[in-house]
Amino acid sequence: MIATLQIFLIISAALFSIGLLAALSRRHAIFILIGIEMMLAAANLNFIAFWQFSPVRAPQPVGVMFVIFTIAIAAAEAAVGLAMVIAVYRHFRTTNVDQLTRLKG
Amino acid sequence: MNSVAFAVIAIFTLVFAVAAATNPRLMHAALSFAVMFVGIAAFFFLLGAEFVGLVQIFVYVGAVAVLIVFTILLTRRDAEERHGFKWGGVVVAIGVFVGLVWAILKTNSLPTLPYLVKAVTVKEIGTTLMTQDVWPLMCVGVLLTAALIGALVLVMEDEP
Repeated sequence: MIATLQIFLIISAALFSIGLLAALSRRHAIFILIGIEMMLAAANLNFIAFWQFSPVRAPQPVGVMFVIFTIAIAAAEAAVGLAMVIAVYRHFRTTNVDQLTRLKG
Repeated sequence: MNSVAFAVIAIFTLVFAVAAATNPRLMHAALSFAVMFVGIAAFFFLLGAEFVGLVQIFVYVGAVAVLIVFTILLTRRDAEERHGFKWGGVVVAIGVFVGLVWAILKTNSLPTLPYLVKAVTVKEIGTTLMTQDVWPLMCVGVLLTAALIGALVLVMEDEP
């Protein structure tokens, strides 16, 4: 098996789908966040694969820059998301998103 | 590239990703999530982005996984009861995966270059961060500060 761009893209698509499965199927708020982080990691893998296999070599490492900024933003998102989970748990005594129906019309 | 190493890393990453997504025991799933990020960092090493791989390990295995474990422990009373599982999500995920793979295989314009690691040095990354990407760097700094303060405000106890 020769590693081509397509194989990296397919692995990344699989990771994205698994993250989507976690975000849509799990009812625990922390696991929805885990699914979102997995999808972001799949996007990072795509950035690096496209950068490494691109036929033109830019003078700056553009793909690496993208991934560094994505990781920083994903970390900020995880921190705020987990703080929200704790705040919601304090208020409602649950982290099951099916039971958080206060705003339901 | 070593095909065996590549296949091993791919299977390792995907198995732990599935474990993180489907394991009903919260703590086991969170630890599988941390191990999965080691696999993704190994992919970054294979692709010649060593710095990003190390950052990934530091940020995810070191910080985000610990945050998630602490959050599970802080919401422990809730963690023991059963949470539902919606099977509709499985259908959507499989549909998205099939659609993406179909699109990837149908695209003819993807570069089919042979694999050749072009290593990038930390010096190059630092130079780019300080010259071309200095404004995005400043924005990320402001964003991280805002996120830190926001997270603290969200979890702050009300004064009695």
